[in-house]
Amino acid sequence: MQRIGVFVCWCGSNIAGTVDVQAVSDALKNEPGVVFSTNYQYMCSQAGQDIIKQAIAEHKLTGIVVCSCSPRMHEATFRKTAAAAGLNPYMVEIANIREQCSWVHKDMPIGTEKAIILGKAAVAKVNLNTPLTPGETPVTKRALVIGGGIAGIQTALDIADAGFPVDIVEKKPTIGGKMAQLDKTFPTLDCAACILTPKMVDVAQNDKIRIFSYSEVTDVKGFVGNFDVTIKKHARYVKEDVCTGCGLCTEKCPQKKVPNEFNLGMDNRRAIYIPFAQAVPKVATIDPNYCTMLKTGKCGVCSKVCTAGAIDYKQKDEFIEEKYGAIVVATGYNPISMDKFDEFAYSQSKDVITSLEFERLTNAAGPTAGKLLRPSDGKHPHTIVFVQCVGSRCDSCAQKGKEYCSKICCMYTAKHAMLTRDKYPDTDVYVFYIDVRTPGKNFDEFYRRAVEEYDVHYVKGMVGKVTPEGDKLKVQASDLLTNKQMHIDADLVVLAAAIEPDKSARPLATMLTASMDTNDFFTEAHPKLRPVESPTAGVFLSGTCQGPKDIPETVSQAGAAASKVIGLLAKDKLTGNPCVAHSDEWMCNGCSSCERVCPYGAITYEDKEFRMPDRTTAIRRIAVVNPAVCQGCGACTVACPSGAMDLRGFASSQIMAEVDAICK
Amino acid sequence: MQKITREQLIDKAVSLLSDGTVECVLGWEKGQFDYDITPAVFNDENELRENFVWNDFCGANFSKYLVSKTRKCNGKMLVFLKPCDTYSFNQLLTEHRFDREKVYAVGIPCEGMADIDKIKAACGDGIISIDASGDKLNVHTLYSDEPISVSAESVFAERCMNCKSKKHVAYDELLGEDGDVIESHRFDEVAEIEAMTPDERFAFWQNELSRCIRCNACRDACPACTCEKCVFDNPNSGVENKAAANSFEEKMFHIIRAFHVAGRCTDCGECSRVCPQHIPLHLLNRKFIKDINSFYGDYQAGAEVGTRAPLVDYTTDDLEPGEVFERGGDNA
Repeated sequence: MQRIGVFVCWCGSNIAGTVDVQAVSDALKNEPGVVFSTNYQYMCSQAGQDIIKQAIAEHKLTGIVVCSCSPRMHEATFRKTAAAAGLNPYMVEIANIREQCSWVHKDMPIGTEKAIILGKAAVAKVNLNTPLTPGETPVTKRALVIGGGIAGIQTALDIADAGFPVDIVEKKPTIGGKMAQLDKTFPTLDCAACILTPKMVDVAQNDKIRIFSYSEVTDVKGFVGNFDVTIKKHARYVKEDVCTGCGLCTEKCPQKKVPNEFNLGMDNRRAIYIPFAQAVPKVATIDPNYCTMLKTGKCGVCSKVCTAGAIDYKQKDEFIEEKYGAIVVATGYNPISMDKFDEFAYSQSKDVITSLEFERLTNAAGPTAGKLLRPSDGKHPHTIVFVQCVGSRCDSCAQKGKEYCSKICCMYTAKHAMLTRDKYPDTDVYVFYIDVRTPGKNFDEFYRRAVEEYDVHYVKGMVGKVTPEGDKLKVQASDLLTNKQMHIDADLVVLAAAIEPDKSARPLATMLTASMDTNDFFTEAHPKLRPVESPTAGVFLSGTCQGPKDIPETVSQAGAAASKVIGLLAKDKLTGNPCVAHSDEWMCNGCSSCERVCPYGAITYEDKEFRMPDRTTAIRRIAVVNPAVCQGCGACTVACPSGAMDLRGFASSQIMAEVDAICK
Repeated sequence: MQKITREQLIDKAVSLLSDGTVECVLGWEKGQFDYDITPAVFNDENELRENFVWNDFCGANFSKYLVSKTRKCNGKMLVFLKPCDTYSFNQLLTEHRFDREKVYAVGIPCEGMADIDKIKAACGDGIISIDASGDKLNVHTLYSDEPISVSAESVFAERCMNCKSKKHVAYDELLGEDGDVIESHRFDEVAEIEAMTPDERFAFWQNELSRCIRCNACRDACPACTCEKCVFDNPNSGVENKAAANSFEEKMFHIIRAFHVAGRCTDCGECSRVCPQHIPLHLLNRKFIKDINSFYGDYQAGAEVGTRAPLVDYTTDDLEPGEVFERGGDNA
């Protein structure tokens, strides 16, 4: 029989205002196993905790029930209190008489009655509690960063700086991500390449960092501290360690008509290419979809001109298996497709472009060498219309675009408008917006400068239609402030396309058993208090894979994710959660029901020899739970037909005892 | 009358025994009467020739016996499977309940099995023996020199009248011809019960289940009930007592069992066949199957090995509990 102490908290007037705490502690005194019951103003305070510690010693308590706030708030506090008094921390149960009782009731008698019932249920459970000890698992001291954009780069650099080895997996032939494609960065207007490429070089030169470029993660097994990851390194048909990056092959390749994805298809590259001058690794890659040699077996020009002998047409995809202690997801974003936005004539006119294309058009390394020229005829545009929120803040019933705000568009559009006016004072620049959102350090000042110093015409209202007519784009829009229709003959229309998570994120989330929201952004463990951790232990989030972000935010989040990884890798052992599933091997049928419902892959099977009741021996298939992987969700206990599977700390018998206590 | 003969089955068994393919044979033998046929293990030709039985009363589904019998047999065991048995066979394989390598399955056609209670109702008590000729059964009784003749079809077991499949979904070898999956009317009676008012339905089940004597025959015969330790035998489960403590409890045994086999029941009908109190237990299981079909799309447990049954699978298209409520609320 347990010796249970009951501690009813007033929480000031939070609980005591609607619950007669004295009546609760008096009523629970008579419950089976209860030897001590009291109430106090703030149980979580030092004085309150001392009451608990003293009672444990004085009354030789074997279990305690604290009637207080939600266990999410103070369960850990009271477990520590119990542990300090020499009691197993898992002998503590919380009856939530605040969020689930006093806060939802107005009437004192009803609130009191319910608090007593909740207390009785907790007492019934503690009567069946057993002391639990968490297990320990070792930690593999290496981190994996998935995605080599600015988020992945910063995270990797920070982790490596703390002395831990890091691998970056990047699906493109080079790291750098979206930032490498940008021209200038708001609000300081420094050149993106100038601040990014030194970091890329740092990554390349850091002996703690390995880069798997042109690679993807294809399988993830294991759990926090012990992930087993398979990485597929695509064949680039160039020996990475031999290629010097001289670029001769990329000049001699006869296949010249390959759309250059780095410039968003606005110019062409060769079938063998280096994405951009500062690529890391600076290694050529052969595009198998266009290479004549790979397709027909005839050509071989690159191989002939390569003095290093780096070309290898027979290279195969390579699979690398590696162990990691922590995984950082930094898969980034893409602008959404403009297919569903026919009203802006994106598919009809080359002069309707997205903002990312505009970045390339103004970038010195872009298709026009930085001169702002119309893609259709190469002429200088005079009237430029920027349309904000294309696909952002969309009505959910419209079935196109996204409901969320993409966050970065207001600022980069202000940047584009300002830079255009600065460089080409002969231009007329219009920006159509729903709202201009500029919270951030020096952001609003930046936007004001665009309006006040650079005379950008900001118009509140949306563009309804863009119609190509001759070499003009007829823009029909409404000015909501003057309540007038506007007709503008534009030379160039720039659409601030909403951003969405990269398509690779969804299958990756499945592999990692990390949760996502409806927009495929990774969900954080707590939106405010654990913003860089995924709810799946050992998986961390960096950059726009978690939500729209600008560069400063991305970099700070990347650093935060790195610090969480460092905190994990600095530990030699991890303490697990002892409230995990376990299977009674005598009752287990080995039927695989539990394995099929386990979202964490924590259950495996082994054949074990049993001495059966009739003195024979039999080999039986039985389920084995890996306590380090199990998150204690309990799905298996419900699926198990024989009742062999049970949760420690939340046994079916304990839950039934609670239900019985409530129904009595 | 069965199309395949006893001799054909014995010859097949003997040849498989003699060429060493199998070590023993799971078959049927006569019980106390001609019509209570029980499963038995045969080890040699003599035993087979002497005791092996194959007639219209060989209803027992052997799949379940493989769980315990293959553990005791070192080599392969020959098992004869009627089409409906093969579904249980696959379901048990899905649940890893026996080693496929230790079984040699011979699929045999089935023309439908007789229900002895229907014969007794038609011919009275005192049955000495029953033999089949053509589509007739000749029943010899204590009270008449002449056998009473009944048509085999008129005394089919309920599950055979509503036969869901003549197709074997698993076998190593097939004797005779394979049939097809049949569009049966097996859910009609469930629909009738669904159409009752809650009070009528309660009265219906109260009437049926109150006859239960907790003999556990349904559980013992059920191929989905192969737990190493059944909850009803486990003192720690809290539901193990055999005697009903109150009038509600007798129902709970069957409801718990129906939930335990939900999604795994192949609707083989063994529960109703073996019930000495003639409780239509298969209706509880069919209600689950009918609901699973309508909620998650048609699903036949045991149709394939290794499928994820709807109840242990999650898809984003799964219906919400609220949709079930809206379908009929209290009347569902």
